[in-house]
Amino acid sequence: MRHTQRFISLAALLAAISFSIPAWANPFEHQLANGLRVIVKEDRRAPTAAHMVWYRAGSMDETNGTTGVAHLLEHMMFKGTPTIGAGEFSRLVAAAGGRDNAFTSRDYTAYFQQVPKQKLEQMMQLEADRMRHLTLDPKEFEQEIKVVMEERRLRTDDQPQAALSEQMHAVAFQAHPYRVPVIGWMNDLESMTVQDARDWYERWYVPNNAWVVVVGDVDHQEVFRLAEKYYGPLASRPVPARKPQEEPAQSGIRRVTVKAPADLPVVLMAYKVPVIRDVDKDVDPYALDMLSAILDGHEAARFSKNLVREQRLAVSAGAGYGPTARGPGLFYVQGSPSAGRSPAELEAGFRAEIARIVKDGVSEEELARAKAQLVAGQIYKLDSMFAQAMEIGQLEVIGLGHVADKQMIEKLQAVTAASVRDVAARYLVDDRLTVAELDPQPLPNAPRRPAAALRH
Amino acid sequence: MSTNNVFRWLTAACVVLASQWAVAGPKIEHWVAPSGARVFFVENHALPMLDIQVDFAAGASRDPEAKSGLASLTHALLDMGVEGMDENRIASRLADVGAQISGGVDKDRASVSLRTLSMRDKRDVALDIFRSVLSTPMFPEDVFAREKARRVASLRESLTRPDTIASRAFWDAVYPAHAYGRSATPESIEAIRRDDLEAFYRDHYGASGAVVTIVGDLSRSEAEFVALNLTAKLPGGSSKPSADAPRLPSAGEQRIPHPAAQAHVLIGMPALKRGDPDFFALQVGNYTLGGGGFVSRLMQEVREKRGFAYSVYSYFMPMAQPGPFQIGLQTKKEQAGEALKVTRDVLTTFLAEGPSDAELQAAKQNIAGSFPLRLDSNRKILDNVAVIAFYGLPLDYLDRYIENVEKVTAADVRAAFSRHIRLENLVTVVVGGE
Repeated sequence: MRHTQRFISLAALLAAISFSIPAWANPFEHQLANGLRVIVKEDRRAPTAAHMVWYRAGSMDETNGTTGVAHLLEHMMFKGTPTIGAGEFSRLVAAAGGRDNAFTSRDYTAYFQQVPKQKLEQMMQLEADRMRHLTLDPKEFEQEIKVVMEERRLRTDDQPQAALSEQMHAVAFQAHPYRVPVIGWMNDLESMTVQDARDWYERWYVPNNAWVVVVGDVDHQEVFRLAEKYYGPLASRPVPARKPQEEPAQSGIRRVTVKAPADLPVVLMAYKVPVIRDVDKDVDPYALDMLSAILDGHEAARFSKNLVREQRLAVSAGAGYGPTARGPGLFYVQGSPSAGRSPAELEAGFRAEIARIVKDGVSEEELARAKAQLVAGQIYKLDSMFAQAMEIGQLEVIGLGHVADKQMIEKLQAVTAASVRDVAARYLVDDRLTVAELDPQPLPNAPRRPAAALRH
Repeated sequence: MSTNNVFRWLTAACVVLASQWAVAGPKIEHWVAPSGARVFFVENHALPMLDIQVDFAAGASRDPEAKSGLASLTHALLDMGVEGMDENRIASRLADVGAQISGGVDKDRASVSLRTLSMRDKRDVALDIFRSVLSTPMFPEDVFAREKARRVASLRESLTRPDTIASRAFWDAVYPAHAYGRSATPESIEAIRRDDLEAFYRDHYGASGAVVTIVGDLSRSEAEFVALNLTAKLPGGSSKPSADAPRLPSAGEQRIPHPAAQAHVLIGMPALKRGDPDFFALQVGNYTLGGGGFVSRLMQEVREKRGFAYSVYSYFMPMAQPGPFQIGLQTKKEQAGEALKVTRDVLTTFLAEGPSDAELQAAKQNIAGSFPLRLDSNRKILDNVAVIAFYGLPLDYLDRYIENVEKVTAADVRAAFSRHIRLENLVTVVVGGE
């Protein structure tokens, strides 16, 4: 069997797919006079379409005292305009045979419907309506803020791992609003008012701060025409200047412990690292991406093979990194120790794996393997209209532009073993590190576990 | 109305419906391989990729009573060492060609899936490994010991979670003294020996019981070759009979304390077997009750009107033996009692009245209208066809789906619900709460 992986270029792979239009021409882009950008990717594989509206407004744009308002407003977007009543939006989408939802992140808020293709026009009409005409009824707000508090209890307060991640971010970031949870602090939710939601909506929900993405069995010219018809009449308004709130350089390790009802300890390590700012000139973010794949890209990657399988130090061990973000970047390492092993031992094990890469580098074979997975993943992504719409929207709202995706793949494929070793050495160091540890607390009335069961 | 007019009106209505919603499912080719495995194939050359799923009647309901967790552990070790290749070589070689092996175990079924690019040099490597994973797993002793320990650790952790505790208590209460009601415990996993895995594999992963679903970039003759190649060396084990029909539980409420901020509530009973003629009436009816997302009655009453919960739902899970009907929600513990009362009121009202004409129409319109969304990717086609394949549903199940939905009347819904949901058999589990 071959050990050196001869590469199939992504271009060659795409050529294997019969497109009705040249691959390079798709997606298509158009900007309205009011600043709204519309991107359409034609995909004729099924008579459906994914329609998304992205706003460049996320939890990082919130201020102290009103954290969680970006997400709360996302909920309120379903509560009616003068044209359609509270709850009618979902009813109309359902009647059209569609599925819809929305999500909020640190960087953005996005809304989407998946519909039979002939219903796209109606979805665009509905989204354009609520882009600028949301009612924000106080009574609806009273109920919906309760729902958001239940969501916080479900997803964070009662989930030790989520609570750990929340604490880690709050300690790793001190000046930058990435320190704040997307769901918001509970007390801020308790003291939120409908006026807070209104202020947020007026400030950020304008066509010049939004992107419309459509992927599916559609004709781009027709979609542009519909965009002009429904989104075109909306007035633009300048968005306020955003304070940079740059995170000052970290110059020493930080540690935080969280106690919660649980059984397994968790070690979560986060290093401050760069993200892509210049698609073409940057080097380090691509190398970091490859590093995370080499550490955790498959079951025989470094962490799984060494820490879980061979040393049995960990019952789980993983790494993660996102190269695109509006704010600062983090490289994550996370795991739980095996029975009878301590969190300190696991942390030492993670450090040893990093040190090994700094000392000996990574092999050409490992790097080629990570690249093979990357290229295959680009093809698999084409099986999902929604995944393609997600990628386009994220790249646009971050500010890199959707056309960056091809360049990014090429840059990833060009990463060298030397640069992977280099970024590990420069960035995975204590001065950039925050370590968060989950200290499991037994449930009241938990049966005592016999000590013998822990030993192997 | 005279009979003639009624007939004309009905015909006209049917014509309108048929032309609006005429969506056929994918073309499914079917044969039995010489190995005895049944094969279902959807040819699709739009993308250079291939998805294959192989299903066995090797789900958790097949666990011996004292060794719950055996089915799952056996499945997990399939790709952790095969003849001629250890677990790390398997994972590395798959990654080299960009292929992915995945799968899962539920109470009925064990699934092993492969996703690969379809160009020959990639595909052949991936298929070779996939065949070995299915046909020659080695269950190495040291790997087994390690995975057992990982399972126990992970299980102990999940047993602290209110949602896990609620789910296990629900299945146990809904299926007392039945294979569906059992869950793995640290003790039951500790009791499993390596020989148990080999025996389970031999007994349950035979070719005659295997179902192969293939979607993607292959020709028919290539698919025939692939399906045979994958199943030719499967063990010759005989099919074990599935569990008996469960007896219905008596209504009752189980309360389990937990320090979480939210109470987790589950209500249900055994309700629906795959292939049951009431399936469509129950699906259409459930849309109104709690399956239709934001537009359902449960959502309206529990979330929208009162803000009690972020998530509240109802569904039917059709299985080989009658699978559960379930209502679920999570709410601040102080209001668990109130939320439970509202939920029960919604259910009893629905059982008594069924959906209104408007609700029925909305349900059908959405289920029929959204049908293309179920099939707009290879992955979704694979999932749908594998269910048809494993449960022996008719091959035209997808083609006739919309028609079957359109036929349902409000009377059908009321009757089907009264047959399948009885208040005297409904079990309630509350974890947390005051």
